[in-house]
Amino acid sequence: MLSYTLHRIILAIPTLLGITLVTFFIINLAPGDPAALQAQEVMDPRISNRVYEQLREYYGLDRPIVIRYLEWLKRIGTFDFGNSMTPDSRRVSVKIMERLPATISLSVLSLGIGFALAIPIGILSGARRNGWFDTVSSTILYILYAIPSYVMAIPLILWVSIELDLLPFQGMRSDNVAQLTPTGQIVDLVKHFILITFCFTYGALAYQSRFVRQNLLEVFRQEYILTARAKGLSEFTVVLKHAFRNTLIPLVTLFGLTFPQILGGSVILEVMFNWPGIGRLFFESILQRDYPTVMALSVISAGLVLLGTLLADLAYAVVDPRVRYD
Amino acid sequence: MAGFYVVVLLVLIAFFSPLIANRQPIVCKYRGNWYFPGMVDVVHHIPFMDRMVKKSPPFGMATFHAKRELSNQDFAIWPPIPYGPRDTSADTFEPPGREHLLGTDQNGRDLAARIVYGTIVSIQVGMVSMGIATLIGIFLGALAGYLGGWVDIVISRFIEIIQCFPTFFLILAVLAWLDPSIINVMVVIGLTSWTSIARYTRGEFIRLQSQEYVLASRALGCRPLRIMFRHLLPNAIAPVLVTVTFGVASAILAEAGLSWLGFGVQQPDPSWGNILRDAYDHLRSAPHLVYPPCVAIFLAVLSYNLVGDALRDAIDPRIAD
Repeated sequence: MLSYTLHRIILAIPTLLGITLVTFFIINLAPGDPAALQAQEVMDPRISNRVYEQLREYYGLDRPIVIRYLEWLKRIGTFDFGNSMTPDSRRVSVKIMERLPATISLSVLSLGIGFALAIPIGILSGARRNGWFDTVSSTILYILYAIPSYVMAIPLILWVSIELDLLPFQGMRSDNVAQLTPTGQIVDLVKHFILITFCFTYGALAYQSRFVRQNLLEVFRQEYILTARAKGLSEFTVVLKHAFRNTLIPLVTLFGLTFPQILGGSVILEVMFNWPGIGRLFFESILQRDYPTVMALSVISAGLVLLGTLLADLAYAVVDPRVRYD
Repeated sequence: MAGFYVVVLLVLIAFFSPLIANRQPIVCKYRGNWYFPGMVDVVHHIPFMDRMVKKSPPFGMATFHAKRELSNQDFAIWPPIPYGPRDTSADTFEPPGREHLLGTDQNGRDLAARIVYGTIVSIQVGMVSMGIATLIGIFLGALAGYLGGWVDIVISRFIEIIQCFPTFFLILAVLAWLDPSIINVMVVIGLTSWTSIARYTRGEFIRLQSQEYVLASRALGCRPLRIMFRHLLPNAIAPVLVTVTFGVASAILAEAGLSWLGFGVQQPDPSWGNILRDAYDHLRSAPHLVYPPCVAIFLAVLSYNLVGDALRDAIDPRIAD
């Protein structure tokens, strides 16, 4: 197990290097570097040219791209993401840490709700296949699955936030939050969470409960289920103890694959709800050509994908004693 | 089957959109001559045909206003929506009514016409980007699966690298580099979404490799490329097609999302994504803009998903229930 883990981690290093190389070159070769974007704001062409040259020197963009990449690699070795190339020049790590709570709280919440609902729904509909609950929930979930989250979000905003004026949809807090009482602030926060959490959750919920149901049906065909029934065990025991436990293995993989999304967030939904999260930070950094932030976010998300698949593979062995990595 | 019919319907709408929504008539008799402006527009949608067929003079001129020029005595068959997708008017934010079936947007453009023309973008994106993805995916997957060894290691690693990027991040990063245009969006979506196709093809090729007909054709002296693409591929294509169908749905979604963010199709050209953006920007003043693009995107995605599921059930009856 240990040697397998080490082997996987060593194999991940060239993959990560490849990812940084591709991202670095794509974003750095893009026309319009941060210096040019900021110099545009100066109207006088002679001054703006000088500003452009100075900014390029300041950001170190006047040096060859290969050298810049190697220097970036050297810094990343010490987990230093550098300073951002926007006028405020703040540290990238600070910028990311600022945005993390919004995205993490949202994804943990939606992941939790998703799995908490998907497993019972999947079990119920799988256990009584083609019963009324199965038919109704499968149809609804199939339709929900086909509605993209941002397509769902806009009519929801229209109904709930504008026509009924029930919930806010811009940002995480209201403008007057400082004047509210502590309970009022919590209520305000919860209100801001409801719509975006729903939009984040229902798609995954639909997918996961279909997944649980499918796997349960697969397990029901196994002979040990027939044996368990023949022994006269109650249906409850058969479904929960014999069948469901064996569906945990694919579920663990699914969890591993959803794991990177915890930090990634969703660009469109975060822009739509004006949510101060990682997805919007990435979007803004691309628009501003803020190379260090884009690089940092790409590396982190790629690393998480690799970590997620590794964890899923390792969890395999934990959940299923038959799986061994020797 | 319903999904399949909707897909066919969308393709037909896309192809014949100038006959459904157009500021010029489909057929008309004007000052004693017959003209077919709507028909010519249909032909113009076929690549490179706009150089071969030209509109006859009065209808070909930008200043010619067919609705004003044609009198009641002239014979004309008008399309059901007598507006083009880019025609602005003074009636902004008109609610749905007799004049404008689905109302108008902030520039007084007919929403129904824009939705109809948006179909072209979605169908094109689905076909072209998945065409690119299928070619790359099948080629790399076949090489990795058939040749094995270090070729397999290199290609698998490459697939892993591309997969580690969240696709949407990669598309956004690449599009920062290229001009936002429909062609670039299609190419970029195609270049980033081939990985699952490659993985399926590789898996199928590895599975089929031990079949006797492969050995037989090798014994007959077939070259590897012939074995790969004449003997193995037809047997491996079915499960790959399922992935491609689902891929079309996600390509349509990706394009709509990018256009919503302003990276995809640019105004005044219509796409379901940028129509949805118009709706989002004017939620309070024009709520009627919201539903049509939402329904269109939903229908397209749902129908491709249904086709994909039907294909999968047909191929693997074990899963069907």
